[in-house]
Amino acid sequence: MSEEPLLKMRGVKIEGRSDEKWNPIINGVDLTLARGEVLGLIGESGAGKSTLGLAAMGYTRDGVRISEGTVEFDGIDLLKASASVKRELLGKRIAYVAQSAAASFNPAHKLMDQHVEGPVQHNVLGRGESEDDGIELYRKLRLPNPEEIGFRYPHQVSGGQLQRCMTAMAMSCRPDLIIFDEPTTALDVTTQIEVLASIRDIVEQFNTAAIYITHDLAVVAQMSDQIKVLLKGDEVETSDTRTMLSAPTQEYTKSLWAVRSFERPLKPAVHTGAVPVVSVQNVDAAYGTVPVLHDVSFDMHEGRTVAVVGESGSGKSTTARCITGLLPPKAGQILVDGQVMPADYRKRSKDQLRQVQMIYQMADTALNPRMSIGQIIARPVQFYLGLTGAAKRKRVDALLEQIELEPTEYYNRLPSELSGGQKQRIGIARALAAEPKFIICDEVTSALDQLVAEGILRLLARLQDELSLSYMFITHDLATVKAIADEVVVMKDGRVVEQGPKQEMFQPPHHAYTDLLLSSVPEMDPDWLTNLLEERGVDNIGDAAVDNM
Amino acid sequence: MILWIATTLIGIGALAWGFRFAGQAATSNAPKFRDMPFGVAYGYVLGAAILLWLAWAYVQGRSPDPAIANKFFFLRIAIEGFIIFAIAAWLFRILGRKVGTSWSRKLFRSMPLTASFGILTILIYAILAIFAGLLAPYGQEEIIQGVAANIVPGGDPALGGNPDFYFGTDQIGRDILSRLIYGAQNTVGIAFATTVLAFLLGGTLGFLAATLGGWLDQILSRSVDVLMAIPSLIFALLLMTIAQIWAPQLGIPLTVFMVVIIAVIDSTRVYRLARAVGQNIVVMDYIEAAKLRGEGLGYLIFKEILPNATAPLLAEFGLRFCFVFLTIAALSFLGVGIQPPLADWGTMVRDLGGFVNYAQFAPLAATAPLLAAGAIALLTVAVNFVVDWMLHKSSGLKE
Repeated sequence: MSEEPLLKMRGVKIEGRSDEKWNPIINGVDLTLARGEVLGLIGESGAGKSTLGLAAMGYTRDGVRISEGTVEFDGIDLLKASASVKRELLGKRIAYVAQSAAASFNPAHKLMDQHVEGPVQHNVLGRGESEDDGIELYRKLRLPNPEEIGFRYPHQVSGGQLQRCMTAMAMSCRPDLIIFDEPTTALDVTTQIEVLASIRDIVEQFNTAAIYITHDLAVVAQMSDQIKVLLKGDEVETSDTRTMLSAPTQEYTKSLWAVRSFERPLKPAVHTGAVPVVSVQNVDAAYGTVPVLHDVSFDMHEGRTVAVVGESGSGKSTTARCITGLLPPKAGQILVDGQVMPADYRKRSKDQLRQVQMIYQMADTALNPRMSIGQIIARPVQFYLGLTGAAKRKRVDALLEQIELEPTEYYNRLPSELSGGQKQRIGIARALAAEPKFIICDEVTSALDQLVAEGILRLLARLQDELSLSYMFITHDLATVKAIADEVVVMKDGRVVEQGPKQEMFQPPHHAYTDLLLSSVPEMDPDWLTNLLEERGVDNIGDAAVDNM
Repeated sequence: MILWIATTLIGIGALAWGFRFAGQAATSNAPKFRDMPFGVAYGYVLGAAILLWLAWAYVQGRSPDPAIANKFFFLRIAIEGFIIFAIAAWLFRILGRKVGTSWSRKLFRSMPLTASFGILTILIYAILAIFAGLLAPYGQEEIIQGVAANIVPGGDPALGGNPDFYFGTDQIGRDILSRLIYGAQNTVGIAFATTVLAFLLGGTLGFLAATLGGWLDQILSRSVDVLMAIPSLIFALLLMTIAQIWAPQLGIPLTVFMVVIIAVIDSTRVYRLARAVGQNIVVMDYIEAAKLRGEGLGYLIFKEILPNATAPLLAEFGLRFCFVFLTIAALSFLGVGIQPPLADWGTMVRDLGGFVNYAQFAPLAATAPLLAAGAIALLTVAVNFVVDWMLHKSSGLKE
């Protein structure tokens, strides 16, 4: 390409202020983007992806500054440009799509009112024209009811639709560059497909350049022409998508690619007639008068992992709440070792409570921030096993060793001094401290980076073999299911749609919904999305496909 | 007068425009001046104008002609006080950075000047209150024989003062300095006890309501709503009037009634905060984990919830202390609070209040009631500075 690139960042260094000094976030990254080209920016959390994305607009968050380098957009140096020049550019020629559309729309205004604000403000279009254009964009993005959807409030449309409305809003001035900051991370796989397909379409149609920030490799493989890998503020490597996927040169990139290969060996089938550790029998449950679960039944056996999958709102976590007794079921019962458990956790004995332990999705909120690691793990040891003094300390040290953390180093630390993966390990140790037979893992890896998540999965697998634990593994990520599950339960709208051993579940024939779920998981193949769309037809993806069922 | 103000403001506007233009020219369009909105430039120039006026007024206040000097007397005292306090706070912070444990030294290093001023002031008040008996030259109820009443503060015999009584004497000949020192003990001590009681009551009930919810929460919250619907000072006045009749019959000092009444009224505000903070904590997963473990109510409240609620509660404690303290001063001013002859700042302001009328021609005489009022104001400001800093620190930790 001979023409001048649209965006040129050279030697950009970004620093953030904490503890009264400036700490580096980005250590000199170059970035070049031609018109109509899509660049995928990937890396773990804390790698500086979002910061670099914002810097491409010449913008930094509070307490962050661009200390060195140049950001040149179409010949204009954004770092030296005056506020009024930037005001002209931002929104009109450079647009931004945030991770959480639900948090970024103003809930007090209708979608269309927010959509037209940009074009009217920048004198691109009049209000009426802009509204017509908005409806046209909604149609292009395949939103249902394009004439009418703009006149709803943000809370009246679904998450995936909202994300597409936000993309439409970013397109409203036909910018030259759009920055997508993890636009599909908060969405279910079936919804994610729609958003991905529509973003890709619209970027192609208007020849817009884009920076696509994500931590999901499979997603970035579908979306981008080039991929740039970041690690702790440094660029690891950059190349075009196909080369990057087939022949990464750096060790770090290879390790990222390899994560998805972890898979446990198959276990022999359970004896017929064996008493399941936990058995959920015909459970109906409701929040107030709203029914959530309908006749849910499945068994979990010793030393096995049952993965419960489904999209958000399908009743996975509610089932867990019924098992723990936080939400007493309206009908049906929970059996542990063949014994009926009291429905309400307050009526269960200490020993009954001990048998069912839980690991939470957000380790940040699952650990008391004012208690040291030692105190957190010691409490169940003392509470259930009655150990005190040196015996308690010995047990806590043993538990810390089991989760691969050095006891002397971590005993007195506070949760805020640990990384996300380490916090999750403490959550596991707290559950193990009760010496349970059965642990509920509620989306334990979904808030973690892939490498860290893989470490947690391996740890859980090892502990299962050593202690013959049973896991109920709640997740929406089918890659995790493939890695760790022995049996799979698919849920939708509070019902069990299909269940069986893993090897059967990943082989056709499936229930239609399971099929949709499985085929919606992005694969590393860059042609995957294109092929899938051809296969399904444009009107039969995501929500539309669910509705057609 | 209005015309004069308008002209000044417009003049400042013109100056502001000139200032920004000059800045742009001098720095060859540095972003600071180039992107400076007019309002900001106006603010700079207005601030400079006010500073200039203050300097001029201070010079006027030092004028040998009493007619001119008296006009600016209080402004002069305020400016001198401000500078002295600022220097004292600065020195105190340097001391704090040099002396003490590594933890306290680190604390002082990140402390703004306002907070170190607040801590210094609170420390001085605390020392005065604890050692009042040793520090005060006379007793709080002592009518000193052979000394005139109403000696003017300042200790200058030419202006009607007495160097032995630098802060003057009140209308029945008691030493004002001694009464101010004892006032610290009475007013601040009682306010502290009241606030502690209010927190014990409101905090416990608030956490209970947040943890248990349901009908207990409903009953407590609605009762608190009823109490909060009544204007607090008028409610306190009403109850104190009733208590004035009961106190002698039951043989309990009126002060005890006052402490309980103010504590109950103020505990409603503490309850609201504790319940709101508690509700945010109760939904956390670690509370759910503790509940599922089978932990009792006491463990949940004291081990899991309370440690996470200390920052907002501590900040509220500072603010609440100020309000309680002001309520006591107000009640005493109205004659139903701390009873004479006990020294109390609110009572002192009321008793000497008449002298404020002399402010125009004899500012020293008018200082007498303002000493007690100033003591109240200074402590309130100091506590608020410390609270602001603590709030800032605790919110910064969350990020």
